[in-house]
Amino acid sequence: MASRFRGGGGSAFPGLVAERIDPRFLEHALAGVRSIIVVTGTNGKTTTTRMLVALLRAHGLRVVTNPTGSNFTRGVISSILQEAPLSGRVKADAAVLELDEAHALRFTEVITPTHSLLLNVARDQLDRFAEIDHTARLLETLASQTRTGVVLNIDDPYVSRARAAIQPSAEIRYFGLDESIAHRLPEVCEADVRFDEDYISPDAGEGAGLLQPRDERTFDIVVSGGDSVGPVTLQQRGLAAMINATAAATTARLVLGPAFRSETAAAALAAVQPPFGRGEVVDVDGRPLELVLVKNPAGFTVALSTYGSTPVATMIAINDDYADGRDVSWLYDVSFESLRDTGVSMTSGVRAYDMALRLEYDDVEVERIEPDLVTALDRFLAAHPDEPKRLFCTYTAMMALRRTLASRYDLPEFGEEG
Amino acid sequence: MSEPTDKGTIRLVHLYPREMSIYGDLGNTRCLAKRIVRHGYSVEVINHNPGDPFPADAHLFLGGGGQDSGQARVEEDLERNADALRSLAADGAPMLMICGMYQLFGNAFVTVEGARLPGLGILDVTTRGNADRMIGPIVLDTVVGTVVGYENHSGSTTLAAGQDAFGTVAYGSGNNGQDGTEGARTHNVIGSYLHGPILPANPGLADLLIGLAAERATGRVFEPEPLRDSVADEARTRQIRRLLGA
Repeated sequence: MASRFRGGGGSAFPGLVAERIDPRFLEHALAGVRSIIVVTGTNGKTTTTRMLVALLRAHGLRVVTNPTGSNFTRGVISSILQEAPLSGRVKADAAVLELDEAHALRFTEVITPTHSLLLNVARDQLDRFAEIDHTARLLETLASQTRTGVVLNIDDPYVSRARAAIQPSAEIRYFGLDESIAHRLPEVCEADVRFDEDYISPDAGEGAGLLQPRDERTFDIVVSGGDSVGPVTLQQRGLAAMINATAAATTARLVLGPAFRSETAAAALAAVQPPFGRGEVVDVDGRPLELVLVKNPAGFTVALSTYGSTPVATMIAINDDYADGRDVSWLYDVSFESLRDTGVSMTSGVRAYDMALRLEYDDVEVERIEPDLVTALDRFLAAHPDEPKRLFCTYTAMMALRRTLASRYDLPEFGEEG
Repeated sequence: MSEPTDKGTIRLVHLYPREMSIYGDLGNTRCLAKRIVRHGYSVEVINHNPGDPFPADAHLFLGGGGQDSGQARVEEDLERNADALRSLAADGAPMLMICGMYQLFGNAFVTVEGARLPGLGILDVTTRGNADRMIGPIVLDTVVGTVVGYENHSGSTTLAAGQDAFGTVAYGSGNNGQDGTEGARTHNVIGSYLHGPILPANPGLADLLIGLAAERATGRVFEPEPLRDSVADEARTRQIRRLLGA
């Protein structure tokens, strides 16, 4: 399969072929799969999908997924093709599919999901989705088309307000932050300004999973009317990853019902490797280089609060292709003050100077500006041979830099993730 | 950085930061506040939210882009303070209104369905809802030189006869994708579709607004400090070269 070749990036191709052969391909292929679970939202889809797959597999389910994260209908078909025998019917108990908001609806034109998990709505690449109000409506439509159960972020007004659209036959479950860390909500949720009154979250109800962190990586998931999960220590740091784990565990509990085991869940979550570019660590001559993908204000803000506490040499690479978000305005909705003490060693990418300018307005010192990614990486690595390093980058910058790193250091193969 | 001695206080108002600042327009406020201080003045930033008493004694007004729902939320407050804003505009107060607020400063917005929503009428422009969005990087020629930014609007705006544009489109769509105009300017009120945000990458425009505000605040001519804008200049020059190939 093309997506297994080094260099990746071609994972949508076999899907394109199958779609031409039989537009009802997916319907046919997934006809025997009991649970069709769609994971969507602006941030955390790839990580959460990976966690949910691990949770279901740990409970003995056969699971198909779109692991390359090429989260479009064609990408889904590509990965299903790899799973399907000659009959074309996938033999699995569950399909866990990561889809972006717009493509989730194209998928549901063909397949009715049994479950959907709605993570969050944030400003992201506005030139694709135009407005977050619109994105919220897409999620609402997905929720209304889901047959058995919908899992909603109780803290995100755009998501939890979708409950009004859900079919009476479908069960609603919530995940969110425990009261003890409610003060960190503004970091992770977009304010909903569509209504006069302040947002009041609904009653969490039976089966809701609430996150109670112990530190940056260890946490418990408290469940009303059920066993809590934890303590769990993730391979990834940060509030965002812990929220994703809470969402995945809450969904797994809904899908599995009484078969759900808290100890099994905790062990499965602890073993999940971070997906490419989500806090992945590369060993560069004995020193760690952390790769962090940034693509919108909420994501960048959470990344800075997650990683900002440990001082390391920092490089930021910003491109402005379609997959990065063509409008760099969003950088001004992120506060970079946490980088003020250490400064930034290098800015790079097509918009290297715009990034440096942004940092200048937050009084963060920038040592060097080099738009060429590979030259910048070389200089950055050479300037800090004995320190831990961190690289924040947008999508296409990440792809290019990771390719260079993969040719020099030991990195797992990668496909195109989104 | 040590700041020069205080030359006076400039009061800067961000209109509806919660509802009308979705495309990073907050960056314009950050930029002005920082540059005002770097020029040796003090700054007071006032976030004006719907229902707040209107700060009519301020010297500089900023507004940004919002979603339809945000726009609906501020209309009542805007109407209540329409006279105050009109007389400030007529009196020469500097204002920069981006995207959604630019449209609301015009005569009217006519929706795709034909409904006519009246605006403040400070800028003699009319905007029509459009099926297609005008999206992408943009370059303008203006009175402060070449200006770069990013446009993202479905409204198509037409200037009335005699209404000055803010700039001429060198790359991109501008007001309507047809007549080569972008934005509008009346007295010292500038309306524009440019995000980016517009001011950090175009410090000449920021200083034009600060200069006008400084004069209103102090009664003296603007006394700028020489600021280093090499990073902003390089960022802008690179965008121009990339888009115009010159």
